[in-house]
Amino acid sequence: MAVDEEFDAIVVGAGPGGVAAALTMARGGLTVALFERGERPGVKNVMGGVMYGRMLADLVPEFWKVAPIERIVTDERLWLTTPDAAVTAGHTHVPHADGPPNAFTVLRVPFDGWFAAQAETAGALLITGTTVLDVIREGGKIVGVRTGREDGDLRANLVVIADGANSFLVQKAGLSRPLEPNEMALVVKEIIALPPAVIEERFTLEPGMGATIEVYGAVTRGMAGYGFIYTNRESLSVGIGALISQFMTTRITPWDLLEGFKAHPKVAPLLRGGSVREYLAHAIPEGGVRAMPRLFDDGVVVVGDAAMMVNNLHREGSNLAMAAGRMAGETAIQAKRAGDWSSRTLAQYRELLEASFVLQDLRKYERLPELVDRRPDLLQVYPELLSEAILEMLTVDGVSKREKQRRILRRLLARRPWWRLLRDGYDAWRAMG
Amino acid sequence: MKIEEKLYTLRWKHDKRSHINITDQRVCLSTCGNTWKRPCTTFCPANVYGWDGSKITASFENCVECTSCLLGCPYRNIDWQLPRGGFGIEWQNG
Repeated sequence: MAVDEEFDAIVVGAGPGGVAAALTMARGGLTVALFERGERPGVKNVMGGVMYGRMLADLVPEFWKVAPIERIVTDERLWLTTPDAAVTAGHTHVPHADGPPNAFTVLRVPFDGWFAAQAETAGALLITGTTVLDVIREGGKIVGVRTGREDGDLRANLVVIADGANSFLVQKAGLSRPLEPNEMALVVKEIIALPPAVIEERFTLEPGMGATIEVYGAVTRGMAGYGFIYTNRESLSVGIGALISQFMTTRITPWDLLEGFKAHPKVAPLLRGGSVREYLAHAIPEGGVRAMPRLFDDGVVVVGDAAMMVNNLHREGSNLAMAAGRMAGETAIQAKRAGDWSSRTLAQYRELLEASFVLQDLRKYERLPELVDRRPDLLQVYPELLSEAILEMLTVDGVSKREKQRRILRRLLARRPWWRLLRDGYDAWRAMG
Repeated sequence: MKIEEKLYTLRWKHDKRSHINITDQRVCLSTCGNTWKRPCTTFCPANVYGWDGSKITASFENCVECTSCLLGCPYRNIDWQLPRGGFGIEWQNG
């Protein structure tokens, strides 16, 4: 490799976390090398498709005027499905005129390309088409990385590990135990092309505005997971996922699961006439705070998916990565000033995370992964009971409303004795309350 | 839509070398065959893994790099490495 000098920092992975770190450090006057294994940033990256404005605006003010975003989300819906029905809830709003949009949809290839270009403009050296294979260690501390290129060793005071879900480098750096199949989900999705006018009519949207639908219940066929439908400018992102451990035991193939989701009688009409442009698959961290690696050590910090920074219940991940990347970058600026890149200075990264929504939210839901893993049935039984109860009350058949209430209660207790209802409620409250 | 048609929507830059190797085929044949029944043949979203009656085959050129097989092989018997820089799946939308 032509690059021979030593850098202040090496960032591995040009996704939201890595770019946020590189951008922050480059602006702070540090020399930064940003590695990306794809031919260009974005081509290896996948997510459901919803991103949040605040954490990005902290890095790129007024990004919404220039970034390749798809639609501003004004309409968020939740569906609890049975095989042929859905209980629906949601919220819709008129977006405020100024300031960053709260949520918006993106396609990661164009978005990540744009975001990485911001770091380059700030002075970071982007090195694409290069896989980082290992960290280099000297006297117990990490002093650089080994890449797949000839003479591909590069040294730096700090290595920022941002290589995404199922991080190779976190393992190589000895910062984590190996993950378990119930700590990672596998999600498959399709990009389904539809004309913008059709999308806006079908989802009742103003031009340029978008909708999201999270779909729980029967569509996951007994597995812990959920489906989603997100609107892009000229396409829908339609996907579904579940824990890898549950794919292993059920032997349901991911593509069958996706086809079943698309064929659900309440989903199919939204997709009608669309053509599949791309089929994608990716891993999503699900283990939460209990499966986190150590976040820093001498000469190294970990950000984003590589550090399991995903709040699954709230569909957040890239925003946690961006916030963490920025905090890692700010910590590096302090380290440079102090001339100390040991864990003593880098501990500040963890303190910033602890003081922010990133670790506070992950801690709030630290029991959720265990509940989801142990009780996938909760996501099947309760949507069914709720759907049946609502249908009963809506059905006008000459039966008195009081009798209908009795029927609902009887049906409920037949499926779930009262003590189990209490237990389920207690478990859910402990995991999410 | 069949998996073959889904994979047809994708683009790769193929390497000549495989980035996937089965560490010990005997584990697939007997240990896993008798217990888990080779779940890699069903959970892999790109249908990379097949069973030909005596061994697991890995169509590495179909791999979309989701990394599920790293965790999903019950015996950690799949040696999956990151493709060389610039090779492998190249998403168009992401």
